[in-house]
Amino acid sequence: MAYIIKGETGDWEVVIGLEVHAQVISASKLFSGASTTFGSDPNSNVAFVDAAMPGMLPVINAVAVEQAVRTGLGLKAKINHRSVFARKNYFYADLPQGYQISQFDQPIVGEGILVLDMPDGSSRAVGIERLHLEQDAGKSIHDIHPTKSFIDLNRAGVTLMEIVSKPDMRSPDEAGAYLKKLRSIMRYLGTCDGNMEEGSMRCDANVSVRPVGSTELRTRCEIKNVNSMRFVMQAIEFEAKRHVDVYENGGKIDQETRQYDSAKGETRTMRSKEFAHDYRYFPDPDLLPLVFDDAYVASIKATLPELPDDKKERFISQYCLTPYDAGVLVGEKENADFYEKVAAQSGDWKLANSWVSNNLFAVLNARNLSIAESPISADNLSKLITLIKNDTISNRLAKDVFEIMLETGKAPDVIVEERGMKQITDTGALDKAIDDILAANADKVAQVSAGKEALIGWFVGQVMKATQGKANPALCQELLKKKLAQ
Amino acid sequence: MTDLTRFTIAQARDHLRKKDFTALELTDAHITAMEKYRHLNAFITETADLARERAKASDFRIKNSDAKPLEGIPLGIKDLFCTQGVQTTAGSHILKGFTPNYESTVSQKLRDAGSVMLGKLNLDEFAMGSSNMTSHFGNVVNPWKARGHSDDLAPGGSSGGSAAAVSAHLAMGATGTDTGGSIRQPAAFCGIVGVKPTYGRCSRWGVVAFASSLDQAGPMTRTVRDAAIMLNVMTGYDPKDSTSAAMAMPDVEAVLGKGVKGMKIGLPKQYRPDGLDAEVGTLWDKGAQWLKEAGAEVIEIDLPHTKYALPTYYIVAPAEASSNLARYDGVRYGLRVAGNSLDEMYAKTRAAGFGPEVKRRILIGTYVLSAGYYDAYYLKAQKVRALIAQDFVQAFAKVDAILTPTAPTAAFGLNDKVVDPVAMYLNDVFTVPASLAGIPGSSIPAGLTAHGLPLGLQVLTKRWDEETLFRVCQVLEDSAKFPGLIGES
Repeated sequence: MAYIIKGETGDWEVVIGLEVHAQVISASKLFSGASTTFGSDPNSNVAFVDAAMPGMLPVINAVAVEQAVRTGLGLKAKINHRSVFARKNYFYADLPQGYQISQFDQPIVGEGILVLDMPDGSSRAVGIERLHLEQDAGKSIHDIHPTKSFIDLNRAGVTLMEIVSKPDMRSPDEAGAYLKKLRSIMRYLGTCDGNMEEGSMRCDANVSVRPVGSTELRTRCEIKNVNSMRFVMQAIEFEAKRHVDVYENGGKIDQETRQYDSAKGETRTMRSKEFAHDYRYFPDPDLLPLVFDDAYVASIKATLPELPDDKKERFISQYCLTPYDAGVLVGEKENADFYEKVAAQSGDWKLANSWVSNNLFAVLNARNLSIAESPISADNLSKLITLIKNDTISNRLAKDVFEIMLETGKAPDVIVEERGMKQITDTGALDKAIDDILAANADKVAQVSAGKEALIGWFVGQVMKATQGKANPALCQELLKKKLAQ
Repeated sequence: MTDLTRFTIAQARDHLRKKDFTALELTDAHITAMEKYRHLNAFITETADLARERAKASDFRIKNSDAKPLEGIPLGIKDLFCTQGVQTTAGSHILKGFTPNYESTVSQKLRDAGSVMLGKLNLDEFAMGSSNMTSHFGNVVNPWKARGHSDDLAPGGSSGGSAAAVSAHLAMGATGTDTGGSIRQPAAFCGIVGVKPTYGRCSRWGVVAFASSLDQAGPMTRTVRDAAIMLNVMTGYDPKDSTSAAMAMPDVEAVLGKGVKGMKIGLPKQYRPDGLDAEVGTLWDKGAQWLKEAGAEVIEIDLPHTKYALPTYYIVAPAEASSNLARYDGVRYGLRVAGNSLDEMYAKTRAAGFGPEVKRRILIGTYVLSAGYYDAYYLKAQKVRALIAQDFVQAFAKVDAILTPTAPTAAFGLNDKVVDPVAMYLNDVFTVPASLAGIPGSSIPAGLTAHGLPLGLQVLTKRWDEETLFRVCQVLEDSAKFPGLIGES
């Protein structure tokens, strides 16, 4: 469904490009040996070069380079064998060097592709413009002292990948799907944990609008540093409507940097174009150009895991899942692995999908747990499916067992044994129960004889009730039919 | 007892090993000289106590036959090198109170080689200057005087303190740094040897940065052999400096005495402009003659882009400096002048902390990197820089070394007010091209003017060819028989 903004003068569409800053998973910073551990005491992870002490020099961290190439390969992007670090000059208290080492006109990764999985099961490709490496800044803390700011340099110099999309998205949902997919790919690759709350993934959204049918790119506004997927979508929605209002009232949009106020649900001006920094980019003379060969890229390529798109395709063909179901399962690699284990051990991909996606994920989402924190292991869920398949328990009882598994973490066979929840499949044991019920309900037996066959269902219910649900419903029906026919 | 400060490093090294005198005695002699010649203002920080301690440690190692290459040799360290536990100023007010917790790679190597640091030597602020007059700690005085005159002369810059201290026998040798001539020009002004090795030979780690793509450390000594001894120690790959060269440094002391027989020496015609000082021109001819007499062939060569070197340098160096000096913001160390906002604090701190020459270069650098000017200035300068480097590559296809004057004049008076900064910049006209090309260069004291002031000759070779550089230098030294500064003993 196309996302259309209905205006007074006609229909508008939104044009969105996203810039994501993803913190690279590596033990040390981009140009120093200082640790990157989140949550350390302020200023405890700071090397001399991170604090820009006189005479200190940056030395590139090979892991950061490898992670950038890995991410580039995951985005099916062009890997540039020669890239250049440049200085982006500006003054700020938490930017010790007075410049950020970044990449400007020669990034490490060029154009690539990211496929969006939309909620309706459809897919859509979004272009990646580039990916480059850069240093993060430190943190300014303004609320400790009335007139002074405190500076924490733990984050200063931590590796970021700036991943820039092409202006290919046309709705807030697509922007959300983009972030979700990018996060998923980076988590598969182990290059970024994608934790937006801790700030290890941050997003700037470039938004403009145009009349439906037009191909022009109108003036865009950049909404800086939005820190959740939901807020990114809300900010885009607000911003697009604002543009439409401005245009329809005969106004004009100024190129500017805006920020999103999630409490008020609106964007507002941060920095207009006149006050835009002149960053005076130039190649960093402390660093040589970053150069590597095909063999280096190939060695990284050889270690790439199966990525979400490929896994999804495989799930669709191997497990006959719908694109939507497959998409849900592959979002997190751990979820997909869990599913595959259950499918393999239970030998039933369909029941496995239903129990994993419908039952288990629903509970985990409600309790805000990851699959790693699931009270039910893949082994136990597989056993539960096996118990259903070999008629040890009915589907109805299985739901009860599942609930008990959630609470106790015990194996389903143990639960069934301990609580005597086994299905009664022994004719002798059922005979007695059926005979008692038939004897006590002679009138209904007569009605059946008179042709009211539908009452058999009522009898089955009575038997189930009498056996606390443990009777095998099919066997029960068979015996009833036989006895009533006598 | 003979004055121990008269010895060269090579001589002192032998005497110390033979235990003719102790390292402590040698150091004490230099401390005495350092104190006696304080009026030269060569040192910003004297570290006499530390020096005595290190000298004692040297004596201990000598006693145990564990002497290192520079064991017990008292040296001065330009105050651009960060020294652990010893104030480091870069000649600037903005680093007020800054004492590093780390030691620069080069000064560490000198320490590890057993040398004794006497103190930190004065320099132009952030190594920006050719007279040592931009230092926040006042100018250094050249120990030389024009014959019959008492006027104080400039020692050259930016390594003016280093040159003066070595020339006046306050230190046996000193470290310098050269960005556009800052080792070679003061060496020439003070009548000593100064060597700027190939860019990448000496680690820049721990050296306060001026222009990263040009800055290079080197030795300043009274003899070519002493320079070789020091350079052997100072150089080497440093994984902490990404621009440091991962190639072995040849033993340049070992090549001394091999002569120049069969070598081709180039004299670039562009270095003889109309109006070249006659004495400078004559000395240059004499230098060429000495090399010829030693068996070299001397030919004229062409370095067509020479005239663009100075303007190119004064775009590239300030551009890098404007960025390198952004870290002096009053936030983490050094001077801070309070303000009512962050921006005001920056402005006040930097206004009070930087001198006029540094400010001028920050302004130039900021301008040439600005949007709309970058292509016309910085980018074009980089292209010209490549052409200048190419000039040298082509020249070195024909010759083994190039001989030129080091500076257009001898030392000028400290009172000859230089109002025009461009006139001051012209001091580096002969040294800057080699800096832009990253090739090694040296200045050898080769003669005196009619007024009795030293003049230097510059030798240049291709990248990584310090061996040829030293061979040529030594022939010039032997031929020139430069008297050195006759100081009162």
